[in-house]
Amino acid sequence: MSHTNESGLETDGQLTDEQLFGHLAEADTVDLSRRERLERILDAYVLAPGRIAWNDWRTRVGILVVTLFVFSGTIGPRLVTAPGTNQAPNDLRPFHGGIAALWEEGGWIDFGFSHRLSLGAISVPGVDIRFPLGADNYGTPIGRNLVHATPDMLEMVVAGAIISVGLAAMFGITAGYKGGKVDEFLMYVTDVVMTMPGLPLLIVLTAIWSPRQAWVVGAVLAIDAWPGLARALRSQVLTLRQESYVEASRTMGLSSSTILARDISPQLMPYILINFANAGRQVVFGSVALYFLGVLPFTSANWGIMMQTAYSEAHALVNLSNFYQIFWPMAAVVVLSFGLILFAQGMDRVFNPRIRARHAKKVGSDEEQLN
Amino acid sequence: MRYFAKRAIHAVVTLVSVTTITFALFRLMPGNPAQAMRAQFEADMEAGGGTADPEVLDAMVEQHTGFDPDQPWYVQYVEYLQDIILYQDFGHSYFYNDPVFDILFTAMPWSVFISVYGLAFGYTTNILLGAAMAYKEGSRFDSYMTVLATFLNSVPYYVGAILFLAFFGYELGLFPTGGRYNTSLETGLNVRFMASISYHAVLPIMSSFIVGFGGGALSMRGNSIRILGEDYLRVARLRGISSTRIATRYVARNAILPLYTQMMIGIAAVFSSSVLLEFIFTYPGVGWYTFDAVMRRDYPLLMGSFLFFTIVTLIGILIAEFTYGLVDPRIGSGDHSESY
Repeated sequence: MSHTNESGLETDGQLTDEQLFGHLAEADTVDLSRRERLERILDAYVLAPGRIAWNDWRTRVGILVVTLFVFSGTIGPRLVTAPGTNQAPNDLRPFHGGIAALWEEGGWIDFGFSHRLSLGAISVPGVDIRFPLGADNYGTPIGRNLVHATPDMLEMVVAGAIISVGLAAMFGITAGYKGGKVDEFLMYVTDVVMTMPGLPLLIVLTAIWSPRQAWVVGAVLAIDAWPGLARALRSQVLTLRQESYVEASRTMGLSSSTILARDISPQLMPYILINFANAGRQVVFGSVALYFLGVLPFTSANWGIMMQTAYSEAHALVNLSNFYQIFWPMAAVVVLSFGLILFAQGMDRVFNPRIRARHAKKVGSDEEQLN
Repeated sequence: MRYFAKRAIHAVVTLVSVTTITFALFRLMPGNPAQAMRAQFEADMEAGGGTADPEVLDAMVEQHTGFDPDQPWYVQYVEYLQDIILYQDFGHSYFYNDPVFDILFTAMPWSVFISVYGLAFGYTTNILLGAAMAYKEGSRFDSYMTVLATFLNSVPYYVGAILFLAFFGYELGLFPTGGRYNTSLETGLNVRFMASISYHAVLPIMSSFIVGFGGGALSMRGNSIRILGEDYLRVARLRGISSTRIATRYVARNAILPLYTQMMIGIAAVFSSSVLLEFIFTYPGVGWYTFDAVMRRDYPLLMGSFLFFTIVTLIGILIAEFTYGLVDPRIGSGDHSESY
């Protein structure tokens, strides 16, 4: 060993083993610490929030519902045939051939061969469902319509939520922190927009423009959604700016932008993110309402338009046998907003520092060593 | 006192701004409603066999819109403001051929009636339910009510209205499906007429209750729980203050404050929701006329109702703000927040 070492020393000249291995070892530790750092970041920002989120049923349901809608909004239209009139029998009841088939002619227990998959005389329940949610009085399958309405809906929600939350954050944080004349002016603008009743304003605006693209509709609907949030953010900032650590930063002479970025925004981010979901919900409510009223132009498939046709043409409220036609789009709205609210509540938990600390691995370990 | 004066001035400035925006919107309307109206009159007159005299046409347009088409926009704007402020003249409805003010003024009380009750019931329930949930925090009641409140929060008020109308109105026949009162009854201050009014208002109020309900109960719960953990409550207990006094003065008062602000925002939401609710319940209030005006492209009526909504909302917010000082004493001395 020593012999080869010495010979190696002679042949290689300057490079000693120590140098070589020391260098390698050093590289190794750098490498490890980087991985460790990555692990820590992963743990702090992805795994711990994920664990907290998944531990709570609300987030689980929320994520599931939102994912379901994102899925049907992105991949759904490719899997499901585009809806059209006369694809199904007119006024087809939901679950025809499914649950309802128990008491229908040619249903589950059927001695005919009308079902594609049957074992002898008994047909396999549910296999014959081609239009599970039924069809409206023009023979347009409701399920297909629902799926094909989702992409536009998501576009509206995302556009509307981004714009309204962005505006609210801009107005609310600046007004709350700056105070004085700036605050007065910004809150005055907010008050004017807030005082104008949302739906009539939107009706007038859409009568002017009659927007056709989904994201424009979302952007217009954002007008109604931001003032409340801006007010709420302002009052949050008003309390935050009185906090001792913000006062300390100010006494230290840090600039307003630094204080806003380091001290105030991190406190507000959770609140803003939670309200992102709420703003999305408001956009869903608003757009479906406008389409239901028939104020927005009938462009593509939309839940509001489905409700409108069910209301005015199938008379779904008077004739309760047609109620399913208005029920499905309403259910879609309710389920989507329920998912968004649960998601927001779950996010609230994720951002709650007390719950978070319990789940973070690396933060807790230091204290345990001390004990 | 200075605070009240300031808020009142604020409201007036807001009103003028909204009126300005309304005026601008009216001018931006597709195909300029005034011109469209002029063309319509021209066609009508020629169909009647007469020749269209431009001056007569202009006079007719002016009577309907309140604008003289030949004047520059700023003169029109000043006259528009003047008409509204001095003469309460919002123009003439194109379809009903009545002054917009008269139509809306008779419809207004009905809208306020159903909205205010919905708002009041919604917020009372919120506060009581939220407080009860906070008091029993962690119990089965709390968790079930949380889920229920979340679910109700995700039901849009119009979905509620549709469900109420379909089941309580058409299917079960418990409540009337439209109208403001039974038209066969003698109008006036008699018991049967009053009963009919409230009977017809039950479903709309139930629906606007959903608007007011919002997330209020949950935020009341959250506020109460947060306040229950505050130091000053412990101090109050150590000082031997009675628990009812703690509950009402220390917890409830502080927990209601954020809700009160939320309610001010909620006022606008409640009034704007009346368009859909009155459409669904065929309840001829301002909302119903607004929708009608959109469908018939009756622009003077549309702009008038838009302004009317704003005025009522402003009055509501003003009342709420004036009473805010009673709920939160800190506000009364307000307006000295340091500027950075």
